[in-house]
Amino acid sequence: MQRGDPGEHLGARSWLLGAVGGGGDSCEVKDANSALLSNYETLKYISKTPCRHQSPEIVREFLTALKSHKLTKAEKLQLLNHRPVTAVEIQLMVEESEERLTEEQIEALLHTVTSILPAEPEAEQKKKTNSDVAMDEEDPA
Amino acid sequence: MFVLVEMVDTVRIPPWQFQRKLNDSIAEELNKKLANKVVYNVGLCICLFDITKLEDAYVFPGDGASHTKVHFRYVVFHPFLDEILIGKIKGCSPEGVHVSLGFFHDILIPPESLQQPAKFDEAEQVWVWEYETEEGAHDLYMDTGEEIRFRVVDESFVDTSPTGPSSADATASSEELPKKEAPYTLVGSISEPGLGLLSWWTSN
Repeated sequence: MQRGDPGEHLGARSWLLGAVGGGGDSCEVKDANSALLSNYETLKYISKTPCRHQSPEIVREFLTALKSHKLTKAEKLQLLNHRPVTAVEIQLMVEESEERLTEEQIEALLHTVTSILPAEPEAEQKKKTNSDVAMDEEDPA
Repeated sequence: MFVLVEMVDTVRIPPWQFQRKLNDSIAEELNKKLANKVVYNVGLCICLFDITKLEDAYVFPGDGASHTKVHFRYVVFHPFLDEILIGKIKGCSPEGVHVSLGFFHDILIPPESLQQPAKFDEAEQVWVWEYETEEGAHDLYMDTGEEIRFRVVDESFVDTSPTGPSSADATASSEELPKKEAPYTLVGSISEPGLGLLSWWTSN
């Protein structure tokens, strides 16, 4: 970290200091340029992803369940971040999924993802009603 | 998307902050210095994760402040190559589609990486995917504010540290400031099935 000052991010809004007066003196804003919080934006972004419902136990459970599929770290990370629900999404995140995974394995993977990783509450509701309809249609056996 | 980067730095605490706990002062100084800044070849620093080691603090002659060498880990935004990300379309221009992640805005999808065939609608200044089916061609517009799933294919870091005074420029340049370059840009691609606007691929 000896390179000198790092470059300022374009459109930068730096970390807000707020009033950090020491003991007793009047509050003063140390850095007048800081207006908005970039960390707030990051938090907002993350809170819209499926990750917000996860906990360390869920992540551990998910990774143990995935051991049999032999996926790379990057692929497991993307599955955690995005919670794919369709085979197309799995193909995007798992390299050469057609060669490495058979159709049943892809289905099993999707099932593992959707059952262990929690979804958005309203999406769950919608899916329940949808899957009821689907079950009626596709009943061969 | 985010990585933990181990760094070492010397933090200066001025004397009027000596009454605070050292860890708190150091955490604040590190955040002030690095948060929302791009470190060359590392990424966009978000916030301090933890302090791993604090070495002895020294006070040097002539300066009443204490200097502490700190080993710490910082949360840095640095997506790996080929990672899939979901962002919002900020706008379209002839250079391509500009995507933003809310906290990071310098993402560009060049025209050759769009779903082909694509054309630029000059009237509305928006890129369009001309999707062919048996019924005919559908024009799928890439409107601002739409969520888009893309793959990171390239990244580039530009060193924006100030250079010394340039060799005498007799002719004063017309523009006051040189063009501001983004220190960290990402290049994305949506030319695969599953990529592009989320509304294109929802199977409901």
